[in-house]
Amino acid sequence: MTTAMPISLHVNGEAVVAQVLPRLNLADFLREHLHLTGTHVGCEHGVCGACTVRVNGDIVRSCLTLAVQADNASIETIEGLSDSGEIADLQAAFRDRNALQCGFCTPGMLMAAQDLLKLESSPSRQRIREHLSGNYCRCTGYQAIVDAIETTARARIGREP
Amino acid sequence: MSAFSDGLSALDRPNSYIGKAVPRPNLERLMQGRGLYVSDMELPRMAHVVFLRSPHAHASIVAIDAAAAKRIPGVIAVVTGRELAAVVTPWVGVLSHMKGLKSAPQHAIAIGRVCWQGEAVAAIVATSRAVAEDAAEIVSVEYRELAAVTDMRTALDPETPVIHSSLGDNLAFERQLDVGAVDRAFADSDAVVEAEFVFGRHTGVTLEPRAVVADWNVAEARLTIYQGTQAPHMVQNIAALHLGLEDAQVRVICKDVGGSFGIKVHIYADEMATYALSKLLRRPIKFVADRVESFNTDIHARDHRCKGRIGVNQDGTITAFEIDDLTGIGPYSMYPRTSAIEANQIVNLVGGAYVTKNYRARARVVFQNKNVMCQYRGVGHPIACSVTEGLVDLAASKIGMDPVEIRRRNLVPDDGYPCASPAGLKFELLSHHAAMNKLMGMMDYDALRAEQAALRRSNIHRGIGIASFIEITNPSAAFYGVGGARISSQDGVAVRLDATGSVICQTSISEQGQGSESLTAQIVGSVLGVSIQRVRVILGDTDNTPYGGGTWASRGAGIGGEAALQAAKVLRSNILDVAAAILQSSPAELDIVNDAIVNADDGAPRIELKELARIVYFRPDTLPPGIQPELMATRHFVPRQYPFAFTNGVQACWLEVDTDSGFVKLLRHWVVEDCGRIINPQLVDEQIRGGVVQGLGAALFEHCIYDERGQLTNANMADYLVPMSGEMPDIDVGHVVSPTFETELGAKGAGEAGTAGAAAAVANAVNDALKPFGAVITEIPLTPQVILAALGRI
Repeated sequence: MTTAMPISLHVNGEAVVAQVLPRLNLADFLREHLHLTGTHVGCEHGVCGACTVRVNGDIVRSCLTLAVQADNASIETIEGLSDSGEIADLQAAFRDRNALQCGFCTPGMLMAAQDLLKLESSPSRQRIREHLSGNYCRCTGYQAIVDAIETTARARIGREP
Repeated sequence: MSAFSDGLSALDRPNSYIGKAVPRPNLERLMQGRGLYVSDMELPRMAHVVFLRSPHAHASIVAIDAAAAKRIPGVIAVVTGRELAAVVTPWVGVLSHMKGLKSAPQHAIAIGRVCWQGEAVAAIVATSRAVAEDAAEIVSVEYRELAAVTDMRTALDPETPVIHSSLGDNLAFERQLDVGAVDRAFADSDAVVEAEFVFGRHTGVTLEPRAVVADWNVAEARLTIYQGTQAPHMVQNIAALHLGLEDAQVRVICKDVGGSFGIKVHIYADEMATYALSKLLRRPIKFVADRVESFNTDIHARDHRCKGRIGVNQDGTITAFEIDDLTGIGPYSMYPRTSAIEANQIVNLVGGAYVTKNYRARARVVFQNKNVMCQYRGVGHPIACSVTEGLVDLAASKIGMDPVEIRRRNLVPDDGYPCASPAGLKFELLSHHAAMNKLMGMMDYDALRAEQAALRRSNIHRGIGIASFIEITNPSAAFYGVGGARISSQDGVAVRLDATGSVICQTSISEQGQGSESLTAQIVGSVLGVSIQRVRVILGDTDNTPYGGGTWASRGAGIGGEAALQAAKVLRSNILDVAAAILQSSPAELDIVNDAIVNADDGAPRIELKELARIVYFRPDTLPPGIQPELMATRHFVPRQYPFAFTNGVQACWLEVDTDSGFVKLLRHWVVEDCGRIINPQLVDEQIRGGVVQGLGAALFEHCIYDERGQLTNANMADYLVPMSGEMPDIDVGHVVSPTFETELGAKGAGEAGTAGAAAAVANAVNDALKPFGAVITEIPLTPQVILAALGRI
């Protein structure tokens, strides 16, 4: 723990300067220091995917990342992706397909889904399932989530489902 | 219904939302990360509690030294069980209708002795969770380890230590049932088959762990509890009872809940400790379980060993069922719903789908030094279904009959209702045969059988598993109330038209993602003729909703939905009375459609609801004399005619077993389910799918593995496997609709049907796949090790 260290980063486009203990993880930094509570903590050991955020464009587990590692980085959370409209179509597809129940996994699920759709324009259902395989959902059984992502992929490449 | 001049019922009108896949109103905030889960909450002066937990399954607490911990800056208090007992009384988890059920007093924090690995021995309260965790590490506890009772099979042996000496033995509960002429039936059968079915302990793994913020305001003498709970009024009552408060001094607020599944329908010792710490320390206290704590303290379920026998004749007639079930529930019966319910349900449910009246059962519930077990999604159903359907398949195999055919010859006929099961369960109307017929069409059973046979020739081993089931929903007071538990079986809904013509609806059912808000809005909007966007639903607040049970046991739609329907009908009638007065018409000549009063006969618009509301609230002076509008109505509902509204269904699984590696690949899963009237088909289907996947997890992966000393060896998400997207199949869901006539709504529950039958379908499919090898497995989870052992490969 020892002494706090200064970090400087961008979170959802806003410049943030903070003093953090070296042991503080990024999830707790986002939630407790910046009050961005859309990033959820489910297991704190990198398995459940609820804490998934973007760091410099790549999705990472914020519970396995230290806040000090995010120094000089650009972080995007679910709040940022929502406000920018980047995933508005994906969110609409989740809503229409009821691809969430309790919603606790959903921010991480949307992060992972958008990551896949940026990498591949037309993933198969099996590819979608593989890409989400680090994101645990206890409520839905996953099928509705896969459907919503598939629908979004098709819509984005101009084909109707 | 006569209130509707067009002759349609309240729910079948032209603009009805009933039966439509209306998106849930609360999704947007959850998708944007703008929900409010308890783990997100912060209050002024809020402190955090971390519990120091026992590393031993059974030990005396010799001494606790917290002096060094108390010196850490930021530590507010370190509180032991004895100190906390000054503000919270212990409890005993028994119900009077579970005859003979016994348990020992349980404290919020252990006093003198710990009885399972994970039981709290001290609470460390600090300004941050990190500081509390630092301090917990230097609290020194001296234990004297005691012999741990871990194996349920020897828990009742004379040489096994008794966990609670005051109880005399380790037997918590026993129930026996003997109906018909079982011995004669077995003696007269062409064949009798028996097996022992083994079910691994597993748990709910809600993605948001259990979380509480308790806020005792000493000046108001009121405790506000923010908790992700399924039953807010139950929490209110229990907290008040044990903190020496009146119910009115406790308010329970339940915002967004990150998964529940029965895990969050109980009162846990650490939650009670958190309420008590707030009272003791006069400030808000927050407790959020971490994942390891969740595995060690969230209730476990399904640790059963059940011996079963079935008698069958060569023509396929099932002559009798017999079971002998044994389950270990940990050191205490859980509070306040008790840990005898699952075993009791198994006795009730086995064989319940079938005609035979010969049934004998024994269930024994024993104490052990492991984490507590209690009700989790499906409560007893997966065990009862796996045992029953496993036995039926074994019987079919014995006489060389197709598994579907033997079911068709024995399932209670669809025109055989109402009737009662051997255990005395009353069935109003079920549809086993219609469901089976529908399933056969959906899965193309004959084609799959042909495919299976063809693939076997190339050494690919696929199996088909069928499982019929019954499900208890809409429980009346027979579940808990008659046993003395203050857990409401009724629910209430208050509906009002506000001053701008919008509708506000307060309901006592709760929301954990099932769609309680949505179904309430759909019913109210449909009955009132108000668009759903203008209906706001408030739930999860004991100060601001009618009194009721909450959402558990597949009761929200059937009970809370009926209350919503009846309340909305009264409000509709009241609105039409006012409209008639304003318009100098009669209520019978008017209707409400699309947020406006219209003529009942030609649909011509007369006055918008917002204009009616404006007059009522702001210009009542313009109303005729003697008119006092009542634009708010409240109704409650509880089932009285049937103790439970039974539903039924059938599941099928198609899978492939790799006989070299022992891995099972799920290829497809089908469910046909009959939950009566469907309010929102999408929500019902997703409840079924989610439930199925929870059952698939139990069938293949999930297992709380204890060693012989009572240590849980896989209390993390890397070692405790849950179903992830990659391994799960697509699931086809179909419906048969047999409404209950006890309510106007006609809805039964659907929340647990998926979990009830999924594991049974998988196990039957694995055995079907392994038929060429002569292997029969009656154990879950069906891990590669279990399968390879059955094949004699390891």
